[in-house]
Amino acid sequence: MGRYVLRRLLQLVPVFVGTTFLIYILVWAVPGNPFTGMCGERPCPPEFVAAMTEKYNLDDSVVVQYLKYMGTLLSGDFGQTYAEQPVSELISNAAPVSLRLALVAVVIEAIIGITAGVLTGLRGRGFLDNLVLVSTLVLIAIPTFVIGFVAQIVLGFQLEILNPTVSSDATWGELIVPGFVLGSLSMAYVSRLTRTSIAENKRADYMRTALAKGQPKRRIVGVHLLRNSAIPVITFLGTDIGNLMGGAIVTEGIFDIHGVGRLVYDGILDKQGAIVVGVVVVLVVVFLLVNLFIDLLYAVIDPRIRYE
Amino acid sequence: MSDPTTAAAGTATDAAAYVTAPEHVTSGPGKPRSLWSDAWRDLRHRPLFLIAGAIIVLLVVIALFPGLFTSADPIHKDLDHFREGPSADAWFGYDGQGRDVFARVVHGTRWTLLVGVAATVLTVLVGGLFGILAGYVGGWLDALISRVGEVFFGLPFVLGAVVILNLVRNAEIRGALPIVFAVVASIAALSWPVAMRIMRSAAIAAKQQDYVRAARGLGASPARVIFRHLLPNCLAPVLVYGTIALGAFISAEATLSFLGIGLRDPVVSWGVMISDARTYIRIAPHMLLFPAGFLAVTVLAFVMLGDAIREALDPKLR
Amino acid sequence: MSERLLEVEDLFVEFRTRDGIAKVLNGVTYHVNAGETLAVLGESGSGKSVTAQAIMGILDVPPAVVTGGEIRYHGENLLAVNEERRNEVRAEGIAMVFQDALSALNPVYTVGFQIEEQLRVRLGMSRKDSRARTIELLDLVRIPNAARRVRQYPHEFSGGMRQRAMIAMSLALDPEMLIADEPTTALDVTVQAQIMDLLKEIQVERQMGLVLITHDLGVVAEVADRIAVMYAGRIVEHADAASLYRNPGHPYTAALMDSLPRLDQKGTTLNTIKGLPPSLLNIPPGCPFHPRCSMATDRCTAEVPSDHGLGFGRTSKCHFAEELVSRV
Repeated sequence: MGRYVLRRLLQLVPVFVGTTFLIYILVWAVPGNPFTGMCGERPCPPEFVAAMTEKYNLDDSVVVQYLKYMGTLLSGDFGQTYAEQPVSELISNAAPVSLRLALVAVVIEAIIGITAGVLTGLRGRGFLDNLVLVSTLVLIAIPTFVIGFVAQIVLGFQLEILNPTVSSDATWGELIVPGFVLGSLSMAYVSRLTRTSIAENKRADYMRTALAKGQPKRRIVGVHLLRNSAIPVITFLGTDIGNLMGGAIVTEGIFDIHGVGRLVYDGILDKQGAIVVGVVVVLVVVFLLVNLFIDLLYAVIDPRIRYE
Repeated sequence: MSDPTTAAAGTATDAAAYVTAPEHVTSGPGKPRSLWSDAWRDLRHRPLFLIAGAIIVLLVVIALFPGLFTSADPIHKDLDHFREGPSADAWFGYDGQGRDVFARVVHGTRWTLLVGVAATVLTVLVGGLFGILAGYVGGWLDALISRVGEVFFGLPFVLGAVVILNLVRNAEIRGALPIVFAVVASIAALSWPVAMRIMRSAAIAAKQQDYVRAARGLGASPARVIFRHLLPNCLAPVLVYGTIALGAFISAEATLSFLGIGLRDPVVSWGVMISDARTYIRIAPHMLLFPAGFLAVTVLAFVMLGDAIREALDPKLR
Repeated sequence: MSERLLEVEDLFVEFRTRDGIAKVLNGVTYHVNAGETLAVLGESGSGKSVTAQAIMGILDVPPAVVTGGEIRYHGENLLAVNEERRNEVRAEGIAMVFQDALSALNPVYTVGFQIEEQLRVRLGMSRKDSRARTIELLDLVRIPNAARRVRQYPHEFSGGMRQRAMIAMSLALDPEMLIADEPTTALDVTVQAQIMDLLKEIQVERQMGLVLITHDLGVVAEVADRIAVMYAGRIVEHADAASLYRNPGHPYTAALMDSLPRLDQKGTTLNTIKGLPPSLLNIPPGCPFHPRCSMATDRCTAEVPSDHGLGFGRTSKCHFAEELVSRV
């Protein structure tokens, strides 16, 4: 098992390098002046340009730039913004907020999605089934930002149940509605996935055996069916955490949440290369680690998978 | 986050299952029936398919012949009608620059659908090509392609799209077609790994079928094996993915336009309209509601279609 | 006179499908006594498994519908009792063993867990006691190293051992009767013999009734006391094993025997039964076997044969049963 983990970690390295290098190129190594607009309407003074070039190694080839950047990164230094703020500080302020948001989203989507999926998967065709199918279709069809807007308008402005935007504290309670919006698409998929998984496994041979053994119905569903059906759902939920952290730009924008999504979006528009690459590095690491974790979790749930 | 990669996860029926199911079923007296004719027979009776199909056909007609539906000019600005609500003259009212919303919605259909279709085709072609190669050849090529796919997969969609499109913006590209192409290309660049994986797993399952081994044993060239034997079998899961992805990509274009980095003037798409309407939501909701409504219905139609196709092709229900 | 444990009388079952109504069971009648083995023989689609599932009450309802007949266990009609009583009988009165142990056992729980849950849930045994008893059961079916095996998963067992484990599981509640649905079909020939021996041994020791469902004439020969041959959802012949093999009383049975490859026929073409079993959506009128029967006459296309008694409890549903039997 230990060797498997090691092997997988080694496999992650090229992917990590690949993704971060790709982003690095897209941010720093494109034709055009990286400093446009930084000094206002006028072009920047040559001393400024020289100092920046020096600081960000812009004279070196891309590969060297990248390596130097990664070098400092590994010592914990994410560099600085053009305004000389340490990027690591910005990230460490924003990351917990995004993490909380992602967790809220995953919990909500898991609870609602799995419940809906189990109920409809067991019962089959009927009113509830059609209701869930239709509502999941609707959630899939409407873009997240529209859902976000509607939620903000209806709940925030019209009914005034909540604050339309989230305070900079971003407490768990405040994050419930944004979390719901963020997770809405995934919630639809979780419920469909659960439903399909349960409906398929319902017909499995081992279910028939459990029936023939005279086990009580509740136990047959709760013990025999659930664990087998859970496997694909848990996999999906796990990878979703990684996705949601990186993909919350829209939701964070609508609800004014100061998470990494906003940070990186503003960084892109302001052309703060250090922020963008720094955030992406963090996100990729999180994503890869979460995937690895899910892989290992898979082996725990499904004993047929064992790694040497 | 209208992430098309999640869209694919939703279609994650085991691609291999489509392949290993019997392609030709003879039931009782009569002609052998193929998977496709069976599926078509099934689909014809499904209300979901029929409704979705009808909506899509209507949308295609609107896209091709907008003149049939409106005579107003979508880019003509008449500030007299600044932000007016719906009326008998303008069914959807006017937007913040005095343009007829209905006309814009109608004309916007073309670009919206175009972006969705183009992105889907590109994604399926690129992803499919790499997937079949990876699956069939295996070995180092498979490892290489899979790793490259993982690199792109690791980038959150919106994030990656923002970075790429921001570049494009900085490069100050003008003109409708290049912008559209940039949006299409960036969606495809970030979504191809999913199509690749689906195709790859189908190709791997197909490669192990006896009839493929027989063909290779008889000395068929790799090209022949791929085109004649593998490809037809891998079509079903990719078709399901493609239909649903189409809906997801249309949604993605809207999101990108909303963020301000997608399509923009003079291109009219529903995403652009929603983006424009953003600041006026509370005072002129009609500017947002109509394009958003059309968008939702369109995406819904494609997703429903994909769903219906998937159920019709599902070998487990045979 | 051994006790009559199970009596299936005139059982009719239909499957409501998208393409029509399939008449899967059309008047099935057989019985099982304590201490004896009844083999139910037939091709795929003959209805032998459906009958077993109907007895256990595990048919998928819908699309399956029981449309007539009775299933009596110790005289009690199981089709007329409530689900609770039905469930009591399962595994405690009548237990069932399935064909493919790999799919019949739950892949995510250990074998020990799956046997113990019978003891703990249905008998209320403690964890310790049920574990000890489970190990005993695995020993009984001759699984080596039972104490270690208890903690293993189904995929870690070999095919034969898995089947033994399933048999052990079925014996957990000391049932009076065991239904084995193709217990050896998925196994190698040598392992088949071992499993059959095991079943026989257990049956004799516990004086259980055993219903052995199979399509394999060879497997049946050693073990069965009586044989019921099924075709198109009805029992077309019923006889004691010896008589059936010596002197089949139905053209279908005769054709089955004929199609067995024999050493002294080396070099000649294998005999087959021409045609295919009928589609249950559309059973031919008259005797359902007539399209494939070498003895068929006009009467066979019109008149459904009823049971012809051939003495000593033998029956056959053929118009020409007596003639067939008197041929040597």
